[in-house]
Amino acid sequence: MEPTQSVAHRTRGRWLILLGILVSALTLSGIAASPAVADEASTESSEQEEFEYFFTGNVTFEDEPIEGVRISVEGGGFEAETETDADGKWRIGVPEKTEYEVTLDEDTLPEGVVVEEGQSTITAEFGLTSIKAVNFFLGEGQRVTTDFGAQVLIRFINGLNFGLLLALAAIGLSLIFGTTGLSNFAHAEMVTFGALMTLTFGVDLALPIWLAILIAIVLSAALGWTLDATIWKPLRKRGVGLIPLMIVSIGLSLAVRYVYQFLYGGSTRQLPGATIPSDIRLGPVTMSWIDVASMITSVVVLGAVAYFLLRTRIGKATRAVSDNASLAAASGIDVDRVIRIVWVMGAALAGLSGILWAYFRPGVSWDMGFQILLLIFAAVTLGGLGTAFGALVGAVVVGLFVEMSTLWLPSDMKYVGALIVLILVLLFRPQGILGRRERIG
Amino acid sequence: MIDWTAIFSNAAQELISPTTAAYALAALGLAIHFGYTGLLNFGQAGFMALGAYGYAISILTFGFPVWAAVLVGVGASIVFALILGIPTLRLRADYLAIVTIAAAEILRLTFTTNTFASVTGSASGLQGYKTGFAELNPIPPGTYGFGPFTYNAYDWWIRIVGWSLVVIFAIVTWLIMRSPWGRVIKGIREDEDAVRALGKNVYSYKMQSLILGGVFGTLAGMIFILPRSVVPANYQTSLTFFIYAILLLGGAATILGPVIGSMIFWVLLSFFSGFVARAVAAGWLPFMTQVQAGQLRFILVGVAIMLIVIFRPQGIFGNKKELAFVK
Repeated sequence: MEPTQSVAHRTRGRWLILLGILVSALTLSGIAASPAVADEASTESSEQEEFEYFFTGNVTFEDEPIEGVRISVEGGGFEAETETDADGKWRIGVPEKTEYEVTLDEDTLPEGVVVEEGQSTITAEFGLTSIKAVNFFLGEGQRVTTDFGAQVLIRFINGLNFGLLLALAAIGLSLIFGTTGLSNFAHAEMVTFGALMTLTFGVDLALPIWLAILIAIVLSAALGWTLDATIWKPLRKRGVGLIPLMIVSIGLSLAVRYVYQFLYGGSTRQLPGATIPSDIRLGPVTMSWIDVASMITSVVVLGAVAYFLLRTRIGKATRAVSDNASLAAASGIDVDRVIRIVWVMGAALAGLSGILWAYFRPGVSWDMGFQILLLIFAAVTLGGLGTAFGALVGAVVVGLFVEMSTLWLPSDMKYVGALIVLILVLLFRPQGILGRRERIG
Repeated sequence: MIDWTAIFSNAAQELISPTTAAYALAALGLAIHFGYTGLLNFGQAGFMALGAYGYAISILTFGFPVWAAVLVGVGASIVFALILGIPTLRLRADYLAIVTIAAAEILRLTFTTNTFASVTGSASGLQGYKTGFAELNPIPPGTYGFGPFTYNAYDWWIRIVGWSLVVIFAIVTWLIMRSPWGRVIKGIREDEDAVRALGKNVYSYKMQSLILGGVFGTLAGMIFILPRSVVPANYQTSLTFFIYAILLLGGAATILGPVIGSMIFWVLLSFFSGFVARAVAAGWLPFMTQVQAGQLRFILVGVAIMLIVIFRPQGIFGNKKELAFVK
């Protein structure tokens, strides 16, 4: 024991010395930077910007420019925001020539000034030029200002809604992980699939939206069946290890995502009813009936999944396979059948989650699932990998955290907080909220 | 009809392009992580972003000389590796995968947000950091080379520095993997518990491997920005997946694999993109637009990753006995 230990200590010592040298080199380099170099570099940094396309505008009220008004642009998976300068002018560069939503943050306007009803968000598209002017019409009026407590409540409801739709996707991911051991990175594409199919049937083929949603969910389930039958089952039979399987799912995710972009283009489109006004008032909270329907759907479906897992024979078999596949097989459970059911169910849940996500964002785009993939993973990891109810708890926590954090963080940073929490949880409770210690082995 | 000369010469240029060198070096770092140690690092894009931003911000905001800017980038990536490694290296492999991919996204979102726009340039990114590096160029101004490989002095200077770094670090990797340290690292990949039973501190070795491969990625990030500007959209997770494709193509636990893999990858990709774009322009593929032709490469890479992992997991140069994924 003695000699090996000293070797270990020596290597660690050497390593520390190396670190020490680096750190001191860093501090030295800070001192060594001469002012002459600094001047040269600052003249070098020009005002040029990378993007070819720009939105510009001028925020004035009664011919007086307004400074410090926050304008944000969102679309095609891109988000940016800026503030108006002393002349009331603003300018935002965007990477692609697609449709964007330009929003003026009414909270940053001075007292007594409002944007005309329903005009604070403008959908803008570039014409033949690469610069597009977007102007907001301001008027006198009193905003219904919301105090901090009401803000918290609004964010809480939003977060709950978001968390519940994340939970639908997370439970599927968690069940697949539990029964097959696969960290399925292509789950995001199953989420997108549900929304894209609803778009195809509900908008392009103009079917009634309830029918389109139903068809989308059935097709999602069929996708799950097909994926398991054509890719995952044959790979399991070949005895491919878990890490290669995970890399295959990454390749699949990349390929499928760009197939979506190939077929549907890079723009964001709306499902019918996605932009209806919020006319249900509960104290300070206003919601649209879509929000309410979305939350009710999530709760009912999650309840059904819980019933399935806890009360039905096949649900119990699923939990048994999740716990110990060989033991389950030895006690007469058809493991392959259970896995097939889990894939079908997971894909249908993911598809439904995608439809709700399309209404929550709002908008359908080719990479919408990939945008929340890490949040779904965070939810599953937070709850404890492989535990279905852990995924539910984790998803609600992540959803609430993402929405509540916008009270303090700028909105383009809201996912950062959730991902940092993921890392912190792994630091202190790696098995997750509901996980058991032996799972992390 | 189709300009074959242009397609071939564009493809040939990729052979020695600085981008190819940057991907080769990043893949070499990933080979240390994944191929030799068995660590599933999905945040190589994050290490590259740290190199790019560490270098550019040091020069633009703080006015550091080139050598200090390089050190800042390297220092930042060491800190990043420590932050990633401390919570996850004791856990199962897929935890590191999720945490690294999340951390790389955190970095990208932080570099993209408008909150720090004065330092990071937000979504538009940074430029104007190249003067210091260009002044070190010993090559007199002019145009050199032959055939498709004709560049000006700065372009040659980037290529020479980039590929010299690749060669140096390939030799370094080869040497350390032959050393006792490398044998322990490979032992950890094969059977962590056995190495622990021999009295080695597995956690510390994994951490050293994570830092070393991360520093390779950081230097790759610096080469990557020399011919272009720093744009946060370049550091998405698909960058990491491209590097994985290169690594798997060449062979995960090899020295030549990442380097030759990168050359093959970029030459083929350039050839393919060039051909499809021109075929669309010539009206050979009437069902496709130019934009769609550009998306085909991602589909191709995704399918290639799947096929390689399933049918030739050891890659071109790999040895089936040295598979990175035994478990």
